[in-house]
Amino acid sequence: MKEEDIVERIQKNPKFMQFVRMRNNYSIVLSIMMMVVYFGYILLVAFNKQFLATKISAGAVTSIGIPLGVGVLVFTIVITAIYVRRANNEFDATKDEIVREASK
Amino acid sequence: MIKAKHILGGAAALLAAGAVLAAGADLGQAQKQATNWTAIVMFAMFVGITLWITKWAAGKTKTAADFYTAGGGITGFQNGLAIAGDYMSAASFLGISGLVFGSGFDGLIFSIGWLVGWPVITFLMAERLRNLGKFTFADVAGYRFDPGPIRTFAACGSLVVVAFYLIAQMVGAGQLIKLLFGLDYIVAVCLVGCIMMVYVLFGGMTATTWVQIIKAVMLLTGATFMAFAVMLQFGFSPEAMFSKAVEVHSKKDAIMGPGALINDPVSAISVGMALMFGTAGLPHILMRFFTVPSAKEARKSVGWATTWIGYFYILTFIIGFGAITNLIPNPADYFVNGEIAKGLNGGGNMAAVHLSKAVGGDLFMGFISAVAFATILAVVAGLTLSGASAVSHDLYASVWRHGNVDSATELRVSKITTVCLGIFAVLLGIVFEKENVAFMVMLAFAVACSANFPVLFMSVLWKDCTTKGAVAGGTVGLISSVALTIMSPAVWEVSLGHAKGSAMFPYASPAIFSMTAAFVVIYLVSKMDNSAQAKKERALFPAQLIRSETGVGASGASGH
Repeated sequence: MKEEDIVERIQKNPKFMQFVRMRNNYSIVLSIMMMVVYFGYILLVAFNKQFLATKISAGAVTSIGIPLGVGVLVFTIVITAIYVRRANNEFDATKDEIVREASK
Repeated sequence: MIKAKHILGGAAALLAAGAVLAAGADLGQAQKQATNWTAIVMFAMFVGITLWITKWAAGKTKTAADFYTAGGGITGFQNGLAIAGDYMSAASFLGISGLVFGSGFDGLIFSIGWLVGWPVITFLMAERLRNLGKFTFADVAGYRFDPGPIRTFAACGSLVVVAFYLIAQMVGAGQLIKLLFGLDYIVAVCLVGCIMMVYVLFGGMTATTWVQIIKAVMLLTGATFMAFAVMLQFGFSPEAMFSKAVEVHSKKDAIMGPGALINDPVSAISVGMALMFGTAGLPHILMRFFTVPSAKEARKSVGWATTWIGYFYILTFIIGFGAITNLIPNPADYFVNGEIAKGLNGGGNMAAVHLSKAVGGDLFMGFISAVAFATILAVVAGLTLSGASAVSHDLYASVWRHGNVDSATELRVSKITTVCLGIFAVLLGIVFEKENVAFMVMLAFAVACSANFPVLFMSVLWKDCTTKGAVAGGTVGLISSVALTIMSPAVWEVSLGHAKGSAMFPYASPAIFSMTAAFVVIYLVSKMDNSAQAKKERALFPAQLIRSETGVGASGASGH
């Protein structure tokens, strides 16, 4: 089957647009989460230095800002891993299904 | 020495976040040290191994596709390491650990900013780039747009970013070699230029990729060993490490909280935007996504890259604190004339190098010095390759020859461009020796997020975007980001030497204004564009969407 025909069939398949919409929403939600976490941390540094310098418990030296900062680094890695895992399994399976239907 | 003051005093002295952020990413002026033979021998071994790999890669580099993208045959895991190798520069290793050594907590804020762009690339860009592109990111925007204007614009955007990034790396290499090997500045600049040209000319993307992978593995191994040795001293208790650090550091408890790094919220957000979205517009990073065979591998690459880079930043934080607890109690060994107030031997950026001696002896210090220098080679090779592809693939083959060019000719043009870029980099490295180039990496990120990123984002995701809109908006972003950076304190006052307070643009980064302007102009001009060409471009969107989302029609893209 010619590639143009496959493209045309995919375009007509309502599942395709549904899939694109679902995945774009997912990407945008995750991007917004990342922005909220990062810019939230930066704004905390800009506006509330005291809070970040507060000790994690009485008598401790470690301040709240350090686990929070390391937390942002870890969050960045984890949120990326979550997307990659879901996209490589679930999204790719759905996509392959749509392409297979169109190629029949 | 001068650099020690820069970092230690910099946080308080400079006005705004980005000036300090940028200062940390720079290696500054350095005093020449005694010749370090261990480091030189280790570095020679690295060069020997990588040249041997280049010889092997040269046998596999026959077509333009091999040259630009290693024939699309790199796996996701390998590409992830190579991206990490491309991104973890000497400045981020020595600069961030030096910033932590000088100011503690502030170093952490810095490293977070350099990581947060990666999820954005993962969610919005990576697989679409892979599905739509072939050799350069202009292929992506060029899918449905008029190739002449869009590729000319994309090549300009790429070359501006590459040029500024390259100058910063070359000057850093020269300063670093004085510190690490005790050799002359000019020797370093020529050495980097020549070795890099050999990698790229003969081995193309295959050699560049393996240089980056080897360097990433060496850097991660060395940094892991140092962080492990430090944590072992404190029985793996961060609390014990922090309390010792607070006890010995001259700033005492202040190193546990944010200092003067961010005071002005507009600058803070603007620098944050430049780092977050700029990463997604760096041509040498975007190009790496064309080296993998599928969208799945592209996602895996960026997943691994984020993991390694994030892990590396956590290590540099521990290394910075390890330097505080190991070096400050022994001023006679590590500080100028044994006096802490005079700063570390060789400057504040030497914290990690001195720590490597403290935990691993002379041999390990030689290893870390060699790795730090090898790092520059890997970054410079990647930059040059992306610059060369912008010229040969976008400007020469697509714009000038309208695509009527065979692979061998295109390959020859890329090689000529590589030599030109190599000579250009060496000359600029020499010209800028005494200049303060701290702002250049930030400027590269500002241009990437204001010119390249908006065009890529809108062309892929917005159906009504047209060539006229993309080119107009991208150009506005490019010009405004460069102009505003020149008018900002970091350039106008620090580099150009005008009076303090005379900078017309008061913020540390233009991103918040220039990136917004680019998006607004792309939107408005596209909306107003009712030409026949615009209608044709909009009509092509569904086919582009299918290809970017499913990869149908992309099979030929990697050349297989």
